[in-house]
Amino acid sequence: MLKRSPLVTGNKTYKDVTDDICELIERPPGMAFMGLFLSVKGLFVFYLVVLACIVYTGMGLMGVNHPVGWGTDIITFVFWIGIGHAGTLISAVLFLFRQKWRTSIARTAEAMTVFAVMTAGLFPILHTGRPWLAYWLLPYPNQRGPLWVNFRSPLVWDVFAVSTYATVSIVFWYVGLVPDFATVRDRAKNKIRKKIYGALSLGWRGTARDWNHYEMVYMLLAGLSTPLVLSVHSIVSFDFAVAQLPGWHTTIFPPYFVAGAIFSGFGMVVTLMSIVRHLVPKFKDYITIDHMEVMCKIIMVTGLMVGYAYASEFFIAWYSGSSYEQYVFVNRAFGPYGWSYWIMVSCNVIIPQLFWFKKFRTTIPLMFVISIFVNIGMWFERYVITVTSLHRDFLPTNWGLFKMTFFDLGALFGSFGMFFLLFLLYLRLVPAVSIAEVKPVLFVGKDREGHH
Amino acid sequence: MPKNPIETLENLLRPASKPGLVGIWMDEHKLVDAAQKVRESGVKNFNAISPFPLHGIDDAMGIPRSFIPWVTFVMGLTGCSLGVLFTWWASAVDWPLIIGGKPMWSLAAFIPVIFELTILFAALSSVAALFFLAGLPKIDPVIIDPDLTSHKFALFVPEGVEGYNRQELEQLFKEMGADEVRSAEF
Repeated sequence: MLKRSPLVTGNKTYKDVTDDICELIERPPGMAFMGLFLSVKGLFVFYLVVLACIVYTGMGLMGVNHPVGWGTDIITFVFWIGIGHAGTLISAVLFLFRQKWRTSIARTAEAMTVFAVMTAGLFPILHTGRPWLAYWLLPYPNQRGPLWVNFRSPLVWDVFAVSTYATVSIVFWYVGLVPDFATVRDRAKNKIRKKIYGALSLGWRGTARDWNHYEMVYMLLAGLSTPLVLSVHSIVSFDFAVAQLPGWHTTIFPPYFVAGAIFSGFGMVVTLMSIVRHLVPKFKDYITIDHMEVMCKIIMVTGLMVGYAYASEFFIAWYSGSSYEQYVFVNRAFGPYGWSYWIMVSCNVIIPQLFWFKKFRTTIPLMFVISIFVNIGMWFERYVITVTSLHRDFLPTNWGLFKMTFFDLGALFGSFGMFFLLFLLYLRLVPAVSIAEVKPVLFVGKDREGHH
Repeated sequence: MPKNPIETLENLLRPASKPGLVGIWMDEHKLVDAAQKVRESGVKNFNAISPFPLHGIDDAMGIPRSFIPWVTFVMGLTGCSLGVLFTWWASAVDWPLIIGGKPMWSLAAFIPVIFELTILFAALSSVAALFFLAGLPKIDPVIIDPDLTSHKFALFVPEGVEGYNRQELEQLFKEMGADEVRSAEF
């Protein structure tokens, strides 16, 4: 019979689990963490300065212009939203499929979702050029006569999708955290910590009746998040697919975007988990090589799926007989932006194939490097979709090139400062592995009477 | 005299505790068996406290399946209907404007917004129902033992509930392998 490998290694007792996970919150950070934290914080401050310049001066500081009216902001927005999807996939979809290996990485993956969506959400607001009027995106009663948002516009769908996704992800994450905050509260020797985590735990005590409702709500939220996550990236893809532009106007976009989102998200999960394993050696018992290997397999499969999407786009361009569509795709691969197309193909389709070899799936430094390539490749995928389609459309009078400025690059790299700052803070302030969820799966793959 | 509203709210959220008998176990399987025995002995309304949801405790204690899915269903439908009504009213009644040659009442284009509102209403009201049923938030609830959110498991029988007999319960807890039996408030 095939053996199940244990989900948590190191023969832990329940108390060990509590101690291991809470310890990170209770002791002062080490040098490695502080070094990383301060550099990320520096990047975040730089990001704030860049954003302030753009908001103060205007969108003219960025590279967008006629004909490429959607630039770094939209590309990076789609990039970060996509990253978030793997978190929901791990926490909700794998939960519904009873994939118990998800338990020890679900918390961190979902934190990644929340932070990625927060990072993403800033970009469309920045892109409007007048962020102080961002509330115009919402339908609200106003005194400008009857005036409502246009519900037929994909951009309005996006507002609803992204804000619902952000809300539900945060709530799902927080509901999962409540019992763990109670654990931190009950262990706290420090009075202030006891107060803060006591408030965060909402006074949770874990009676059987509470757990009965709690488990039900957790399952319901997982069930609601699953169609939600699929809808969000489908709707993001509608921003492009509903427009009548060759290269955008294709029906393959929703599944193609969702597959790409899962692909890029798992890339980011592997990146983050490698960092977490390095920063917190104790977590190696919870985030085992087996976990990493499974995620590498998912990256490989979804990489093939996006590869299929790239190929089918070309096929349809030829098969449709539309000369505009054909031109866009030839131009995409061999035009002025051909370099970005080939970066995308090599990072997303070719490099992840290394995961066919077990060595690459089980060696952390190797998979870390590949996951970085996946991140780069998926940013370029959105670059290719957005810029190459816009820069040459039907009339050659409308042709032009998109050049990134210092502020484009500043907003792009700075957003990583924001994301990693939030992530590192999370690692020190919140139980980074779900204590209450890991305990019931502690004995999976082990022989112990009474457990199953 | 009208009270300070913040004080009133605080008192509302501060749970009252009752004296009773508690048994604490280190092994959750023994606790589940004990809960079954306590229920069979005719005790009603007792509590089990555990750091994580226990397999089989609902059957042992006779806790029915949570009815929250009905809240989710009804509120999901409410979100959906409100979405339909609002998109229709805003686009076809209050401000009818021809956009892209589409009909005023272009349902297909409204589906994304309606769908998101369905999910939003269903998710938030399920959580609200959980908070209501679990009595959250609670201010400074009495805690029997701080390890009950880490690695210990407890049964608490409040004094004076139907079938309460202190000697018999103490005896039963010890027989079922409780590591600690004492009086407590909860």
